[in-house]
Amino acid sequence: MSKLLILIVVLVGALAVAQVARVYELTSRLRGKREEDISPADNRMNARLMWAFLVAYFAFFIWLIVAYKDKMLPVAASTQGVETDWLMNFNWAILAVMFVVTNVLLFFFAGKYVYSKDRRAFWFPHNNKLELLWTIVPAAVLAVIIIYGLNSWNNITSPASPDAVVVELYAKQFDWTARYPGQDGRMGATDYRLINGDNPLGIVTAKSIATRLAEIDTEIAEEEARLQGVLPDDKVAEIEDHIGYLGRMASRIVNLRVVMEQDIKENGEASTYLHGADDVVTKDFVLPVHKEVDILIRARDVIHSAYMPHLRIQMNAVPGMTTHMKVTPTITTDSMRTHVMHDEAFDFILLCNKICGASHFNMQMPLTVVTASEFTAWVAEANKKPFEPAGTQPGGNGYFAGQYR
Amino acid sequence: MGAHAHAAHADHGADHQHHHEESFISKFVFTQDHKMIGKQFLVTAILMAWVAVIMSVIFRLQLAWPGEGFAFTNFFLGDKWAPGGVIDPNMYLALVTIHGTIMVFFVLTAGLSGTFANMLIPLQLGARDMASGFINMLSYWFFFTSSVIMLASLFVEGGPASAGWTIYPPLSALPKAIPGSGAGMTLWLVSMALFIASSLMGGLNYVVTILNLRTKGMKMTRMPLTIWAIFFTAVIGILSFPVLLSAALLLLLDRSMHTSFYLSDIHIAGEALENTGGSPILFQHLFWFLGHPEVYIVLLPALGITSEIISTNARKPIFGYRAMIGSIMAIAFLSFLVWGHHMFITGMNPFLGSVFVFTTLLIAIPSAVKVFNYLTTLWRGNIIFTPAMLFSIGLVATFIAGGLTGIILADSALDIMVHDTYFVIAHFHIVMGMSAIFGMFAGIYHWFPKMYGRMMNTKLGYLHFWITFICAFGVFFPMHFIGLAGAPRRYYSYTEFTMFNGVVDLNVLVTIFAITGALAQLIFTGNFFYSVFRGPKSVQNPWKSNTLEWTTPVEHMHGNWPGPLPVVHRWPYDYSKPGKAEDWVSQITPMEPGETEDN
Ligand code: HEM
Ligand SMILES: [Cu+2]
Ligand SMILES: [Cu+2]
Repeated sequence: MSKLLILIVVLVGALAVAQVARVYELTSRLRGKREEDISPADNRMNARLMWAFLVAYFAFFIWLIVAYKDKMLPVAASTQGVETDWLMNFNWAILAVMFVVTNVLLFFFAGKYVYSKDRRAFWFPHNNKLELLWTIVPAAVLAVIIIYGLNSWNNITSPASPDAVVVELYAKQFDWTARYPGQDGRMGATDYRLINGDNPLGIVTAKSIATRLAEIDTEIAEEEARLQGVLPDDKVAEIEDHIGYLGRMASRIVNLRVVMEQDIKENGEASTYLHGADDVVTKDFVLPVHKEVDILIRARDVIHSAYMPHLRIQMNAVPGMTTHMKVTPTITTDSMRTHVMHDEAFDFILLCNKICGASHFNMQMPLTVVTASEFTAWVAEANKKPFEPAGTQPGGNGYFAGQYR
Repeated sequence: MGAHAHAAHADHGADHQHHHEESFISKFVFTQDHKMIGKQFLVTAILMAWVAVIMSVIFRLQLAWPGEGFAFTNFFLGDKWAPGGVIDPNMYLALVTIHGTIMVFFVLTAGLSGTFANMLIPLQLGARDMASGFINMLSYWFFFTSSVIMLASLFVEGGPASAGWTIYPPLSALPKAIPGSGAGMTLWLVSMALFIASSLMGGLNYVVTILNLRTKGMKMTRMPLTIWAIFFTAVIGILSFPVLLSAALLLLLDRSMHTSFYLSDIHIAGEALENTGGSPILFQHLFWFLGHPEVYIVLLPALGITSEIISTNARKPIFGYRAMIGSIMAIAFLSFLVWGHHMFITGMNPFLGSVFVFTTLLIAIPSAVKVFNYLTTLWRGNIIFTPAMLFSIGLVATFIAGGLTGIILADSALDIMVHDTYFVIAHFHIVMGMSAIFGMFAGIYHWFPKMYGRMMNTKLGYLHFWITFICAFGVFFPMHFIGLAGAPRRYYSYTEFTMFNGVVDLNVLVTIFAITGALAQLIFTGNFFYSVFRGPKSVQNPWKSNTLEWTTPVEHMHGNWPGPLPVVHRWPYDYSKPGKAEDWVSQITPMEPGETEDN
C-alpha cells in the first residue's frame, strides 16, 4: 500500500512539473517571447541571487565554524599531533585567504556584469603578464606549503628511536588486540598458520607449533573417519580436498619449525623465535606519556586502519606485512578527563578507519595513556600473564630436539 | 546505412545522404549516428543517476536517524535487506559501493564523456560523423550491457559488491569477509571489464576523429576548449583504463583460480588460507593508477564545457585560451604522477610519499590558472544568465571550494588525520562530484536545442539550479566538519562512539538538504523529458554562439551539413570583438582584410 502511495506521489509530482511547464510555455508564447531570450528581469534576478548567495555562503560557513568549533577534536594529545595541528592551522590561514578572495571575485563579477544590450563586453582575450602572475603566485604559495608539509612529514614518519616502547596492534574482523614484548623486551616471531583460540596472534614457539600440529593431526584423523561412512561423491571430494589442505598446512608448519631451528642455531638467544613465550597478549591498550612509542601494526584477514584521532595518527593494518607508526603521547587519560574534557567517562579511542566488513563501524578499543611510573607498574603486572606461562616449556637451545612429532 | 559516408572527411557528404527510410531499429537502437549515440548515452546516464541518487537518499536516512525504520528504505530494499525499514549493515556498505561506482563511472565517465564527446566532436570540428560509427555503436552497447550487469548485481543472493568503489582486496576477494564479495563482486568485475572496453572504444574513436577529421581551417589552435578537454580526457582514459582492467583481471584470478597476486598470510573464518607472497598494496597501486586520472576523466570534460558556455554567455572571449589548453595538458600529464596520494598511510616509504606530495601540489598550479582565467572572463563581461551559464558559474564555485581542501589532503602530514574521514567525502563530492555534475547539467541545458531541436524550460532551469546549488553546499559543506571531528567514512552509524555526539545533528541537516536536492532533480527530469517531446521548437543558433555545431540545421540529418562541410576562418571565441556589428562572429565568417586573429 505504502509503495503504491509513494509511486503515486512521484508520478503526480512529475505530472505537476510538466503541467507548470506547459502553462508557462503557453503564456510566454502568447506574449511572443522565445525561450532562449532571457528577459532583463530574469537576468537581474539571477545577478542579485549571485550576490545573495555569496552572503549566505559565507554566513553558513561562519555559522558552522562558530557553532561547531568546540565539537571538533580536542587539543592534540601527542607531539606529532601538536605539530600537525599547527600545520593544519597554518594551511587553513592561507586557504581562507584564497577562499574569500576567489569567491568574492566570482560572485561579485557574476552579479555585477549582468547583460545589457547597450553595453559590450570588454575585449580581453589574453594578457601574458597577468597569466604569469597567477602562475607564479600560486607556485610560490604552494612551495611554502610543500616545504612546511614535508618537514612535518619527515619528522612524523622517521623511524622511532631504538629505545622507544614497542607495542603491537593486531586487527581482525572486528576487534583489536595489543601485544607487548614481555620480560625480555623483545617481540617474538609470528606465523598466521599457528593461529588458534589460544594463540590469536599466531606467536611462534616450539609449543605453539607442536599444539597446532597436533590439532591438525586430530582434524585429519576426524576427516578420515568421516570418509569411512557412506557419502555422496561430492562430499567425498570435499573431504579429500580438506584433508589435502590440512596436510599442506602441516607440512608448511613443519617447514616453519625447520626454519626456526636453523635460526636458533645460528643466532642463539638473539633469535626472534625465542622471544614469543613471554609476550603479553591483551585487550588493554596502555601507553606511557612523554615516551616515544613504536607501534607495529598487523592484520589477520582484510585491511584495517588503526586511527587514533585524539593523537592525530593513523596507519593501515595490512595482511601479510607489518606497518609502523610512532607516537609520543603528551597528555594522560586522567588529565584529559579532568583538565581538557571535563568528562570522567572520556577515553582515547582507537578506531578502524578502513572498510573491513559489516561491523566496521564498531571496531574500536579504548586507549589509556598513563604516567611513566603507572606504566612501569602496569607492565610489571601484565608480565605476570605471559602468552605461555613459565614452566610450560623448557628454555634453552637444546629444547626442541625432536620432542614433538 | 553505412559508416562509410559519414566517416569520410572528403567534402562530398551532400551526395551521400541516404534516401531510403530507416527502420526504427537502425535509427534509434543500433544506430551509428554520433548524435543519436550521444543521446543514448545521456538517457542511460540519467536513469543510472537516479538509481545512485535513490541509494544516497537511503543511506542518508540511516545516517541521520540511525536504526529508525523508513517505508522508503523498505520499499526499495524489501524485507530481506531492510526488515522494518532499517537497512542492514552489509546492505549499507553495498549501497555506498554501488552508489560510488555508478556515479563515478556510469554517470560522470560514460554519461558525461559519452554524451558530449559523441555529440560535439563531429559537430564542433566540422566532420560528418565519428571516425568509426560501428565502433562507436559498440561502445554504447558495451556500456549498456555493463549497466545492465551492474544493476543485475543488486539482486544476487549475497547482495552486490560491498567493498567500497575502490574494491580493495582482500575484502573484495573473500566472500567470507563480506557477503557482497561473492557473486555480487564477480558481476561488478565483469560489468567493469565491459565498461572499460566501452571506454577504450569510445576514447580511441574520439582521439582519431579529433586528429583526422577536422574540417578545412580547423587548426588545433582553433578548436573549442570542449574539444581540447575531451581530447585529453580520451588520452588519459586510453592510458589508464587498461591498468584498471589488468587489476580487475588479477583480482578475478585471485578470486577464482587460487592465485596470490593480492593475498598473503590470511586467516579468516577459522582457517588459514594458502596464499602467500601477494600484496594487497599492489592492487592499490594499480587501482589508483587509473583512479586518480579517473577524477580528471570526470572533471576535464566538465571544465571544457563550462569554458565554452561561460565565454558564450559572458559574450566575451575566454581569457587565456592558450593557457587554458596548456593547463589541461599539464593536468593530464601530472594526473599520472600523483596516484600515491591515496596511499600515504598504507605504510609506503615516506620518501616516496614526499614525491607524491610534491607532484600532487604541482597540479594545483594549472588548476589555479584555470580558476583565475574563468574569473577574468567574467570580469567586464556582458553576462546572460541562461540555466547553462548558472551551472557553469556553479562549477567554478565548487571547483574553488573543493580544490582548496585538496591542498590539505595532498599534504601527507595532514592527510594522516583526515584520510578516509568525512572530510574526504566532502572534498571529492564537491570538487569532482558536484563540479562534474554541474558541468553535465550546463552542457545539457546548453546543447539541448542541438540534441532535440527543442528548448528546455528556462524558469524550471532556474529553479533547478538554485535548489541544486544551495543543496550541494548544504549537503557537502558540513561534511568537512564531521570529518574534522574524526568521523570515518563508510560507517553504518556513529552511535557506537560518544566522541561524535557533538556533530550528529549535522547529519540530520545534511540529510534534509540531500532529500531536497534529490527532489529538485525531479524538476530537471520532468523538464528534460517534457521538452524532448513538447518543448518549443528551437531556432538554429539560440545562444548566438560562434562554434560550428550551430551552423547545422535544427533537424538532425546524417552527415550533419546538407551542403559541403563548413570552412573555418577563425578561433571560436570572437565575442564582442571590436569593430564588429554583432557581439559574436561565427567561426565560418571569413576574416576581414586587416583583421587579426587574436588568440
Ligand atoms: C545526490 C547527491 C549525493 C549524496 C547525498 C551523496 C552522498 C554520499 C555519501 C553519504 C557517501 C558515503 C560516504 C561513506 O560512508 O563513505 C557517498 C559516497 C560516495 N559518493 Fe556520493 N553522494 C551524492 C552524489 C555523488 C556524486 C555526484 C558522485 C560523483 C562523483 C558521488 C560519488 C561518491 C563516491 C565515489 C563515494 C564513495 C563510495 C565509497 O566509499 O566506496 N556521489 N556519497
Ligand atoms: Cu574496519
Ligand atoms: Cu587522486
